[in-house]
Amino acid sequence: MGFWDRLFGKETPSKEIAKERLRLVLIHDRAAVSPSLMEALRDEIITVVNKYIEVDERSMTVDLKTVDSSVALVASIPVRNVRRGRLA
Amino acid sequence: MGEVYVVTSGKGGVGKTTTVANIGTALAMCGNKVALVDADIGLRNLDVVMGLENRIVYDLVDVVEGFCKVKHALIKDKRVEGLYLLPAAQTRDKSAVNPAQMKEVCEQLSQDFDFVIVDCPAGIEQGFRNAIAGAEKAIVVTTPEVSAVRDADRVIGLLQPTNLYPPYLVINRYKPQMARRGDMLDVSDVQSTLALDVLGVIPDDEAIVVTTNKGEPAVFKNNSKAGQAFRNIARRILGEEVPLMELEPSDGLLGLFKRIVGLSR
Repeated sequence: MGFWDRLFGKETPSKEIAKERLRLVLIHDRAAVSPSLMEALRDEIITVVNKYIEVDERSMTVDLKTVDSSVALVASIPVRNVRRGRLA
Repeated sequence: MGEVYVVTSGKGGVGKTTTVANIGTALAMCGNKVALVDADIGLRNLDVVMGLENRIVYDLVDVVEGFCKVKHALIKDKRVEGLYLLPAAQTRDKSAVNPAQMKEVCEQLSQDFDFVIVDCPAGIEQGFRNAIAGAEKAIVVTTPEVSAVRDADRVIGLLQPTNLYPPYLVINRYKPQMARRGDMLDVSDVQSTLALDVLGVIPDDEAIVVTTNKGEPAVFKNNSKAGQAFRNIARRILGEEVPLMELEPSDGLLGLFKRIVGLSR
């Protein structure tokens, strides 16, 4: 990185880029290391959602996805039926 | 009964073998009986780094298969009293040994030695499983790079359910000047990411290349900074309180100016 770029704050120090990339990659890796965590998360989501909406548990997916510079928990939950009276 | 350490990293080429050779030699220089075990079957290197490659008769696989006793496969280092190497086999592969056999070898060695240090192969498959099987403590080596820290994190995750958690952390090939100007992850970045205690920081040092060329661990060289850092690690393992080495060069007037105007962190 050039001296003048840094003087005028044009460029991010490469270490900050490394830190950010490492942070994102580790979120993924650590979640992947324990599939049991994703399983537990999935089960609890089903329990909560089921109180209001009847869902198709078998075709439900829960996954971590990288969107731009952040990691999102993306759940796809097919709805079978809405329980009457629970949604006002 | 001695202590069995395994030195591991996940990623290859970060300096596991160099770390094993130097910490082991330094521990022996402090008067301990040390056995270094090369668990990288098929890709042995610790013998070359130690300069003992011409003296191998039997190896780890010969021991495991019952062709010889452990003490017959051990090569005595002539430079330091009490330092021995158990070489890996070069013509076999990881499947020649299983974790139970490795555990047995480590147990036998720990009867006669103060320290047994196992050099783990890169990767997280069977070679890794074998290498950690007989260990009581683990040292994870990384360099301040995204790929190495990522792999270290993976290995730490694998050690978590074992008796080897939490391992110690060694940060190798550290360039203080680059870290200072923000072009390399610094010690606290790596340490906070992996959440482990730092056993030592080894500065990048040409003496490592030179000493490895000659087959002499850098800890023999008094003027090598990396050698000094490895000797400090040995003292910490022996229970001494040794502060982390001052790696920052004094930066003179220009550095002072840069710091005042906030260019240097």
